Amino acid sequence: MSVLLEARGLTRTYDSGAAPVPALAGVDLTIERGEFVAVMGPSGCGKSTLLNLLAGLDRPSAGEVWLDGSRVDRLSETALARLRRRRLGFVFQFFNLLPMLTVSENVELPLLLAGKRRRPARRTARRMLEELGIGDKADAAPGQLSGGQQQRVALARALANQPDLVIGDEPTGNLDSASAGEVLGLLRTAHARGQTLLVATHDARVAAAADRVVTLRDGRVTRDRHLEASRPVTLPFDPDPA
Amino acid sequence: MALLSGGSGHGYELKQAIEHEFGALLPELNSGQIYSTLARLERDGLVEGEAVADDNRGKKVYRLTERGREVLRDWLGVPVPGARLKDGFFVKFVVATSVGLADPTDLIERQRDEYLQSLRDLDAGLASAPHGPTAELLVEGAVLHLKADLEWLDLIEERLAVGRSA
Repeated sequence: MSVLLEARGLTRTYDSGAAPVPALAGVDLTIERGEFVAVMGPSGCGKSTLLNLLAGLDRPSAGEVWLDGSRVDRLSETALARLRRRRLGFVFQFFNLLPMLTVSENVELPLLLAGKRRRPARRTARRMLEELGIGDKADAAPGQLSGGQQQRVALARALANQPDLVIGDEPTGNLDSASAGEVLGLLRTAHARGQTLLVATHDARVAAAADRVVTLRDGRVTRDRHLEASRPVTLPFDPDPA
Repeated sequence: MALLSGGSGHGYELKQAIEHEFGALLPELNSGQIYSTLARLERDGLVEGEAVADDNRGKKVYRLTERGREVLRDWLGVPVPGARLKDGFFVKFVVATSVGLADPTDLIERQRDEYLQSLRDLDAGLASAPHGPTAELLVEGAVLHLKADLEWLDLIEERLAVGRSA
């Protein structure tokens, strides 16, 4: 495996009146290509700050971000926007689909922004929607879909450009357990196909699907655990008198 | 007994019915367990076995007795107790904090590792082993309990932090 993303001494301090509050206090994190990494921790631990810095949506007060061997935290806004469009995919808690576009157009958009022509973009979008089991919703408005279906569209959009990294911020946080299970299944499939994933989550079931679970507390990494592939499940069976 | 309530069956049929319900998620069922259970139930008068006429290996077909049906009804009628005040982890945690034998934070982290790994194992089991809806429901229940256990660890850790800063 090769290193895809690396954070070195990542620090972000917000000025809030008297004393500056560190939201992130020197995080070192290395993500290998093909890894599925979950970030857990209580609200306010710095999860979103970390994700925003790694995604180039915010700039660190100190420290560095390296993507695929290049330092990216000092790129211009234009270069960062371009990098996000071409190399990253995003899945958010509240789906963030564009309501004025159809489902298909939402998925086509990142393809068009990356320079793909309209027809091939449409074909790719259709294929992805089919794969995610919502091919029949291509022409619907996002608002007509259930939460679980909207998140599947968001996932199709995130995966459309075959990005180096998909970043998820609580992707199952706003879903019922059945829909959360479906979205988790899709994340697993993407991971099995080699997609690198970085997902902040409160949902232990999502975290447990990852190869690694990083715990943040007060802006620091307090634990970085690698999970085993999986141990065989043997459910106890006690022949009750019934 | 419940499987017999709908009619009669011999040991092997019961074994198959149980395997059908729980699939490969269960360890290989021991036929001996089934036969010894049936023998015990017969001794207690809860089932009655009838030798199969044209079988000289001592194969028996079992059915519930009236008394067995009553016991089954009673057993079904009583809810399972809800509160769980016994917990293996908590025993260790209390020992660790009171005697100072281990770092409680470390204990919590290791337990969290174990619960996360268990969650992973359950979902991987569901994904890879053929199973019926019953086993799936059982696993869903185990997943919910694990999630609650993980939340409990968060709470214990929070209280621990408050206790230290107080």
